[in-house]
Amino acid sequence: MASVIRVAIAQEKSGDTQDLVDRLRGIMGRNAVISHPGEASLYSRDASNMTGVVGAVCFPTSTAQVAAVVGLANQLGRPFLARGSGTGLAGGAVPTGEPIVLVLTRMDKILEIDLDNMIAWIEPGVINLDLTRQLAKVGMHFAPDPSSQQSCTIGGNVANNSGGPHCLAYGVTSPHIAALEVVLPDSSIVMLGSIGDGHGLDLRGVFIGSEGTCGVATKIAVRLTPNPPAVRTLLLAFSDTSAATACVSAIISAGLVPAALEMMDQRITNAVEDFVHAGYPRDAAAVLLVEIDGLPAGCDAGAELVREIGEAHGAMSVRLAADDNERMLLWKGRKTAFGAVARIKPNYYLHDTVVPRSALTAVLQQVYEIADRHDLIVMNVFHAGDGNLHPLLVFDAREPGIMERVHAAGEEIVRASLAAGGVLSGEHGIGLEKRDLMPLQFSPVDLAAQDVIRSCFDPFGLANPLKVLPHGSRCGDSHQAPAGLWI
Amino acid sequence: MTVDLDEFAEAVGTAGPVSCVGGRTSWALGGAIDANAREVRAPNGIVSYRPDEMTVTVMAGTAIHELTSVLAERRQTVAIPPRERSTVGGALAVGRSSILQLGHGHVRDTLLQARFINAGGEIVKVGGPTVKNVTGFDVCRLLVGSFGTLGFFGEVILRTRPTAPVSAWFCAHEVDPFELRRVLYRPTCILWDGYATHVCLQGNLGDVSAQLQVLGPLFKEESDPSDLSRFHFTWKLAPSDLRSFAQGRQPGSFMTEIGIGTAVCHDPQPLTPVDHRVALLESDIKNKMDPLGRLNPGRSPRGATD
Repeated sequence: MASVIRVAIAQEKSGDTQDLVDRLRGIMGRNAVISHPGEASLYSRDASNMTGVVGAVCFPTSTAQVAAVVGLANQLGRPFLARGSGTGLAGGAVPTGEPIVLVLTRMDKILEIDLDNMIAWIEPGVINLDLTRQLAKVGMHFAPDPSSQQSCTIGGNVANNSGGPHCLAYGVTSPHIAALEVVLPDSSIVMLGSIGDGHGLDLRGVFIGSEGTCGVATKIAVRLTPNPPAVRTLLLAFSDTSAATACVSAIISAGLVPAALEMMDQRITNAVEDFVHAGYPRDAAAVLLVEIDGLPAGCDAGAELVREIGEAHGAMSVRLAADDNERMLLWKGRKTAFGAVARIKPNYYLHDTVVPRSALTAVLQQVYEIADRHDLIVMNVFHAGDGNLHPLLVFDAREPGIMERVHAAGEEIVRASLAAGGVLSGEHGIGLEKRDLMPLQFSPVDLAAQDVIRSCFDPFGLANPLKVLPHGSRCGDSHQAPAGLWI
Repeated sequence: MTVDLDEFAEAVGTAGPVSCVGGRTSWALGGAIDANAREVRAPNGIVSYRPDEMTVTVMAGTAIHELTSVLAERRQTVAIPPRERSTVGGALAVGRSSILQLGHGHVRDTLLQARFINAGGEIVKVGGPTVKNVTGFDVCRLLVGSFGTLGFFGEVILRTRPTAPVSAWFCAHEVDPFELRRVLYRPTCILWDGYATHVCLQGNLGDVSAQLQVLGPLFKEESDPSDLSRFHFTWKLAPSDLRSFAQGRQPGSFMTEIGIGTAVCHDPQPLTPVDHRVALLESDIKNKMDPLGRLNPGRSPRGATD
């Protein structure tokens, strides 16, 4: 996806940059530091549509190297930014303040699988899906499964407290992390959390989801989830969207918590059909992809209950995947949905808000109205079971004035979600994208409480500065905003 | 008795040592409160319950049994220890999970949003009302288990969960509880006292029956054995350390939670040294959130464990 918003202007500081590159090479060797500006600029963005400016880019391979780089950043008073694969959608890994960028993708070892404690110690650059594939050998998996799981890293999942379709039953990343080795922003190395319940404040819990502002996780103890003995996957088709959202609420009200409960509207199912031929009905206004896992009897009872509820809500069809191949194809359609939209328009802006499940019908209607009002195409593919909306505004960035309309529509969607009792983000995080919208959900007193965490972990504001909290939410004056950023 | 959040905030005020009292069921934990501290109580009552959202908004002073009896009418529950007379806010402040943690999750994962009273007597909101939320820093997790040293819970939104159609305990002697942890699919609880193993299975009737087959013929159904109040001390270990914990102890003189790593017994867990940098982070957070040290003075999340 092409960059469509620039948030900063590159300013060549060749002398400073060369000195920085030399010092970084002194820490980790010549080949672990990028010196060519063009190559370095590859790390000036993530999967959002924002771009920043890097100071230098390096590829540490050990905790000691990370600590040394952070120590150097402290000596120089220069910000630093840790990143993984850059799949984040909220600009959390967009460099601000011309930071030293630590790319952690070479720290990609699974260090130990400890079945006695049901954990695995891994490095932060391990790819989410690679971890689950390796764990399959012992009948386990890592439960959070973001749509980007083929390329996102566990370190990034920790930074964003990432979710995914199967978080409905299993929860987002935080409950799946037992402990973390962290290089704090002052370069000291600590262990947060423990394999058992542990004592003291839950610093592990506040580090997760802090979007790289509290330090760099260098080893992660992930909790292992046993692979379910049985899985049932159903596809329910509806002739109108409201019936589908009402069915979602009814399934939850019935006391059933599926492993996943996804919804896709007609525009996206047709795009997917054109792309991967997943077998979705093209004439349905919306489909629900429902997965129930566990032991066989409960799965069968749950699948039957979903069928009954679906039919009671006027489902055009209810299809139970006959085998693993059909199940995988249904999921392939869901997980490639964002790729499929490229066949319609070259650019998209993916939003992420959560509303109470009972408000899904009304807010989804508002989303369509907002898009119509701004003359935009919107497609909806989202985690309906937990009310996590993902309106996808598709457009051609070359069209004059389009970005203003996209942003105006996006903000209206966020406001509509909050007005319905929702929140700013369900799984993408705040980053830069929603930083200035935080006051819509939190008062200055609320934000000051959040800033306590940041200012205690990072009193000098070097770790991924300018993210998450809007200007003015500082509880102290010690943070210096690096110059050169504009949005 | 305070009736709403504003009155509670006013009672906490802005000056002088103050302690928040719940049901006093865990009052001995975390160190003795300064005798000069004024006592306050959080408001009580269920504010709203949305079974279809699986969330409940409740004042922190509400007794847990009052909450669970309301939830039970809609066949739901919460993953908070159902201790007699204890309050929702007290249980969250202590941060101990229920005996069913293996199946139901940690108590801190139950808290979605909190309005708490800070050391300046202000009402502060953290977290969010929906079941999924990653908006900003996760202050909720800092508050759970903080023993009221960072703020006093006023009103909380909790995640509820469906009550299992079937729930039963089974007991056998001289079986390997660690092996059971490996062969059972997501058991709700496994307790072991060095001799007897107690297993709680929950779920669909067919699933519980199938898991009972895995347990084998030695296991017999029993009444709920999870009242562990006869034990006065709690140890928090890695799950794999429970075997060595049990070595040299008289069977029956302790009870362990297999898969969790918690043990209860009659002797205190030796204090292990805290990494000085972690201790510094914790004290920084305390000093920033309560600069005058007026909230629950004398108490500490790392205070005497029992």
